[in-house]
Amino acid sequence: MTRLTSALLGATAICALSAAVHAETITIATVNNGDMIRMQGLTEDFTKDHPDIELEWVTLEENVLRQRVTTDIATKGGQYDVLTIGNYEVPIWAKQGWLLALDDMPEGYDAADLLPAIAGGISVDGTLYAAPFYGESAMIMYRTDLMEKAGMEMPTSPTWSQVMDAAKAMTDKDNEIYGICLRGKAGWGENMAFITAMANSYGARWFDMEWKPEFTGPQWTATLTDYLTMMNEYGPPGASSNGFNENLALFQQGKCGMWIDATVAASFVTGPDSTVADSVGFAQFPNKDGIDNHGHWLWSWNLAIPASSAKADAAKAFVAWATSKHYTELVAANEGWAAAPPGTRKSLYDNPEYLKVAPFAEMTLFSIDAVDTSAPSVQEIPYTGSQFVAIPEFQGIGTAVGQQFAAALAGQVTAEQALQSAQQLTEREMRKAGYPK
Amino acid sequence: MARSTTPRRKAMFTVFAWAVGLLLFFPILWTVLTSFKTEAEAIASPPSFLGFHWTFENYVTVQERSNYGRHFWNSVVISVGSTVLGVLIAVPAAWAMAFVPGKRTRDVLMWMLSTKMLPPVGVLIPIYLIFRDLGLLDTKFGLVIVLMLINLPIIVWMLYTYFKEIPGEILEACRMDGAGLREEIIHVLTPMAVPGIASTLLLNVILAWNEAFWTLNLTAAKAAPLTAFIASYSSPEGLFYAKLSAASTMAIAPIMILGWFSQKQLVRGLTFGAVK
Repeated sequence: MTRLTSALLGATAICALSAAVHAETITIATVNNGDMIRMQGLTEDFTKDHPDIELEWVTLEENVLRQRVTTDIATKGGQYDVLTIGNYEVPIWAKQGWLLALDDMPEGYDAADLLPAIAGGISVDGTLYAAPFYGESAMIMYRTDLMEKAGMEMPTSPTWSQVMDAAKAMTDKDNEIYGICLRGKAGWGENMAFITAMANSYGARWFDMEWKPEFTGPQWTATLTDYLTMMNEYGPPGASSNGFNENLALFQQGKCGMWIDATVAASFVTGPDSTVADSVGFAQFPNKDGIDNHGHWLWSWNLAIPASSAKADAAKAFVAWATSKHYTELVAANEGWAAAPPGTRKSLYDNPEYLKVAPFAEMTLFSIDAVDTSAPSVQEIPYTGSQFVAIPEFQGIGTAVGQQFAAALAGQVTAEQALQSAQQLTEREMRKAGYPK
Repeated sequence: MARSTTPRRKAMFTVFAWAVGLLLFFPILWTVLTSFKTEAEAIASPPSFLGFHWTFENYVTVQERSNYGRHFWNSVVISVGSTVLGVLIAVPAAWAMAFVPGKRTRDVLMWMLSTKMLPPVGVLIPIYLIFRDLGLLDTKFGLVIVLMLINLPIIVWMLYTYFKEIPGEILEACRMDGAGLREEIIHVLTPMAVPGIASTLLLNVILAWNEAFWTLNLTAAKAAPLTAFIASYSSPEGLFYAKLSAASTMAIAPIMILGWFSQKQLVRGLTFGAVK
């Protein structure tokens, strides 16, 4: 080896070493779901273009993650540079000044391509405070074979009466087929996500303009009564402990005639683990006859950067990569279009390759486009939101109310008692929180 | 007088003990069995006990996705470190309370125990802020300190109970032979209380290993132990029971093996002084 070659190799080694020494490590807190795990496996594409940035992942269960990142951002702990948060947290945290505005994303990011409903849910005064990784609304997933057997046809936008008729017609308890499967497990993100959306579609609202709860009003009474009727007469046994995953399992095993839940479930029920993948149809979230409201369910998992992050530039580069059109194409190239993160970009729904492998794409887009987070109820309201109310107190109140409704479903209290308790506890908590503000 | 035990009575006790043992062990057995199922089989209803398609796929996935070795090492350092540090502090404290009791010793012991009654979340924010200011967030050292403090009342109580069983005359005799306080504790008291100290160590290693509030809330990527490793496999949207079971089996296996091999010492230490 010549002296020159040795010198060059030595210089290269020193350069590599110094690059490693100067590499900036960003810590990303994320949830455990298929899309996020897939992203972790594809990060080489990012680090290849950004050799000066190293990624460290903290993957946690949703509720644990929420508690961890809330503690950290509220105390400016600085443990994370990128946070995975929902559209419930984004507006609340942005108003607190805890999140970095993402109004200067790199060239080619194409923020105009984001679905307006999704972008609206994570913006404050027109400024994006997070970048959506995937988004969802809610819709009806139903068994086409059972509907056919019952001699019925599902409209694209059914009413609750039609849904109840279909549930009745498909129920065959002797053969463990239940007409409808809905969330029953208590929690603000569990049964209350569904019941709040259902209440929206019944013309109900959580609060009047004086922030007084309205659980004892006629709309909420009708909502809960119909929910309990459907679940008790046409639902599976033990429904008060069923959440998304339990209903997914029931549907995949062919035990549900209909399942009304997040649109993201569509890829699971038509996927390889489903025994009924070939006979699933999709319809819009129902509305009460005469009320133009289809629940306004909207959820997105988003990547945000704490305002206190010392590595904001590196974090922004990562967020831009992970939520870009390029990333979607990368997933498609590696795992096929069916694996592309859904519900965030218009371009995905214009892509014939995606539409070919995703029979649910059209209804997903239709459902997301129908959402208006600034007006989830047909009545005048003092809050924004969708299947939640975007105030910090909602997590606690929503879960407490959800427990009352789950108790009603389990037969421990009547619908009237559950609504009365919900009214009282919500009034008490809102008073303690200082509403109206 | 010893009570006579008829063979019939003995058989009944044996059956009852086995039934209780199996009942307690069943969740662990079910977790292990689920870890060898596919996700679809893990949620199948009715569930299959043994007649399913056995697969190691979940263990392979968990190995690929997570750095088990790092989480395991963090758990070892945190649980052993906090226990050893706790015992070092608790031995002199328990000695003082057992052999030189004051008027308020009983009250002090009760006060120490009462600190266990506060829900941890009540002090999360103050501790988080202190850790942030001291740069202890996501460090093994920080967790060693916190877990030591959490388990210290139990360690002191256990050692106090064991020390009370040691006749004070022996310590007096060694003092008369010219032993100082240090020699008395290290060379006389500690060797006599080895079974008690060993069971205290074991129990507290288990408690620290399983602690899931502080270890989840004060760590991020670097110091996260096996509790965080398990927490990363639960999912609100999507099937995860089989992978979660595989992760749980991998997390509890080391401490179960430790408990299995040291069960005699553990039982001996826990029943020390129970029968006079």
